[in-house]
Amino acid sequence: MAKLPLEGVRIVALPVVFAGPFATMLLADLGAEVILVESVHHFPTITRGYMPRPPQFLVPTTGATFGGSGGIQTYVNHWAGDRPWDRFVMFHALGRNKVSCCIDLTRPQGIEVFERLVKVSDVFFESNAADTMEKLNLTYDVLKEVNPSIIYLSMPGLGCTGPHKYCSIFGAQLQALAGHTWLTRYPDLDYTTTQSLIFHSDAASGATAAFAILCALRYRKRTGKGQFIDLSQLESVVPHIGEAIMDYTMNGRVQQPLGNRHPSMAPHGVYRCLGDDGWVVISVSSEEEWQGLCKALGNPPWAKEERFSTPLDRLKNQDEMDKYIEEWTCRHDNYEVMYILQKEGIAAGPVLDQSNAFHDAQLASRGFFEEVSHREAGTHLYPGMLWKMDKTPISIRKPPPCLGEHNDYVFKEVLGMSDNEIAELEKDKLIGGDEYLVESIF
Amino acid sequence: MQEQALSGVKVLDLTWHIAGPYCTKLLADYGADVIKVERPGKGDPTRAMGPFFKDDPNPEKSGLFLHLNTNKKGTTLNLKSATGKKILKQLAAESDILVESFRPHVMPGLGLDYQSLEKVNPRLVMVSISNFGQTGPYRDFKSSEIVEYAMGGEMYSTGIAGREPLKLGGNVIQYQAGTVAAVATMGALYSAEDEGTGQHVDVSIMETQIGSADRRIMYILSYIMAGVITTRWPPPREAIRMLIMPQGVYPCKDGFVNTLSLPQWWPRYIEALGMPELKDDPRFQNIYSAEAGMEFDAIWYSWLADHTKEELFEIFLKSKIASAPINSTEDLLKYTQLKAREYFAEVEHPETGKVTYPGAPFKMSETPWKISRPAPLLGQHNEEIYCKLLGYTAEELIKLREGGII
Repeated sequence: MAKLPLEGVRIVALPVVFAGPFATMLLADLGAEVILVESVHHFPTITRGYMPRPPQFLVPTTGATFGGSGGIQTYVNHWAGDRPWDRFVMFHALGRNKVSCCIDLTRPQGIEVFERLVKVSDVFFESNAADTMEKLNLTYDVLKEVNPSIIYLSMPGLGCTGPHKYCSIFGAQLQALAGHTWLTRYPDLDYTTTQSLIFHSDAASGATAAFAILCALRYRKRTGKGQFIDLSQLESVVPHIGEAIMDYTMNGRVQQPLGNRHPSMAPHGVYRCLGDDGWVVISVSSEEEWQGLCKALGNPPWAKEERFSTPLDRLKNQDEMDKYIEEWTCRHDNYEVMYILQKEGIAAGPVLDQSNAFHDAQLASRGFFEEVSHREAGTHLYPGMLWKMDKTPISIRKPPPCLGEHNDYVFKEVLGMSDNEIAELEKDKLIGGDEYLVESIF
Repeated sequence: MQEQALSGVKVLDLTWHIAGPYCTKLLADYGADVIKVERPGKGDPTRAMGPFFKDDPNPEKSGLFLHLNTNKKGTTLNLKSATGKKILKQLAAESDILVESFRPHVMPGLGLDYQSLEKVNPRLVMVSISNFGQTGPYRDFKSSEIVEYAMGGEMYSTGIAGREPLKLGGNVIQYQAGTVAAVATMGALYSAEDEGTGQHVDVSIMETQIGSADRRIMYILSYIMAGVITTRWPPPREAIRMLIMPQGVYPCKDGFVNTLSLPQWWPRYIEALGMPELKDDPRFQNIYSAEAGMEFDAIWYSWLADHTKEELFEIFLKSKIASAPINSTEDLLKYTQLKAREYFAEVEHPETGKVTYPGAPFKMSETPWKISRPAPLLGQHNEEIYCKLLGYTAEELIKLREGGII
């Protein structure tokens, strides 16, 4: 089999919550050996659960739990079991292809083991609040003494310098700061109706961080030099609304939210369909597509009215136009609308709930979902690779690791420690272990 | 001149709209030499999309185009002509990477599929970014930002209960696809530089969303592993609360703040509000009480109403509460943290003068991000690329121009 792109690259990682785990997942997918350094003494909130052993009333039994968080707090089959941290779905979503070992980073002997690991690695990756590495005394200045060619990436919310560097916030707040939330709401309602649980920011800064590591790896391959990467999650997502920023800097205009509408296209929006909570989206970008839409709808008389005759008219009168379109979409299910309109060359597609997406024909045809067997969770299809490579095919090679699953591999094979040495360190719980010794995070 | 991370990497950029150009912008801003190839005459369709500098709809003044195409050299080429194809192959022979974002039938239709280009340059990494991928029943379907979010992203659970699903603002899905494509591109480049062989990378925008951590990957797995369908929710005021502390968006004196709470943070709220008496208040002894949540809301709303969003953010920072103001672009441009980190970049362009652009998505200590040149004028570098790089003579260039090739 062909060598994977990052085969032979070792990444030591302390990623938490969404963005860091997503970044390291992309690198692990490319073949890097991503070693998660975890600890039985410290529970990473919202990474392997909200608490090590949640009481049953905090294990949601349906999506309709906890004021909007739904799928975020799910355990496999709604059952936390003896080892809840190995059954937390969010960890499963981002844990594939990684390995896990446990080292206590709060004691000097633990730090010693950790530094040995850094010595034989290419990259150190962390996504904690800016003071975490300082408190552990594992800053870049310290680790580059251990390994001068290490690539070290930190991605705190607001960056590694500046008056607000110690800010500790999540993706939902980052995109509020970044101006994304401002642009996302129903035009007729205020922001208190905005759902706070949209994490574009995590997806964006996670992918950007993976790109950053690849840039640094390429430079290191040419020159042998490592470096420090200061990734502010905020700064990595601001370019994603670049045109709104430019409107302000060029024209002094503060763009306002448009809901499902578009500044120049009409029709553009979401329309009700047959079925429970069924919706389709349609966007028409040219006169040709408008003609196609009229044809698909059977050239109804309203479409010939003067108030809908030019793109500008349609933009101005889209409330009325949308009512007519919805009368038609209401008679079809959302996939049906997609097929009818796509045949006429119009961008249209169903709003897929999670079940629809899982069963979607396109994803099935491309083999997007991959079967994975996991010691604690059983066998399931998991969402797979985000792209396909024809010469170095990437895939899910390893299931998400259980806590400390690869202690032996890391301490014996990677670090070459003797059985005695391991036993000595394990006795004091400095390394090893596979269950949390902290019961509660309070 | 200080070396950049991607110095020496040669990229041939056939992309248009947003996803592809953002991918190649990331490469260019970190040092790659990117040659952008546009259609003669109209160029990249984003040249016709706003916002425009001073609202003048001139193809050289689109803010979207200017933002997405920094550091690239611009050429024009008619790929439908035989000469155009020949020139494209010559350019591909000189490149490490080719990125294209046409619909899947286009490149094979032009005889410029990976199999043909591989013959010209076996080390070439070719990245194809498309709406739904190079294969499958939807491969030739049309798409747009809202369609990608509906089918690939979590539009279904965005918005509030009882209302229609809601799109995210702007074109963020396309940007995300471009960012993921840049990761894929760099992975393939790393391999090509190591092993000496290129390959074809197939990026489906739909899959970049389904597999991204914006919740969709997790919600789909929650469905698979626990049968959970996550829908749109009531707004915070009406939602069933898990905690007495706030979750969601709340009004303050001059705007709104977005707050998330963890169970262990109750003491932080007491501190932030400056109300130590709440610690022993019998109403707030069970933090999982939804009823106590209503009681606390009354205190929270009136406290917020007394403070501006900027004041609140300073208090939240001090007490380590995960809450932040909902900023407009104006607020963002004035934000002290970004100013202190010198985030925004000033870029000089012949048609607009100096304008402020979004800055580096990350700072590298050895190999900086920088804008060495603004987005190209249409065909600005034709002479440089075709004459100096490929060796066409001045007369040949004129012929190409007259023939509508460039």
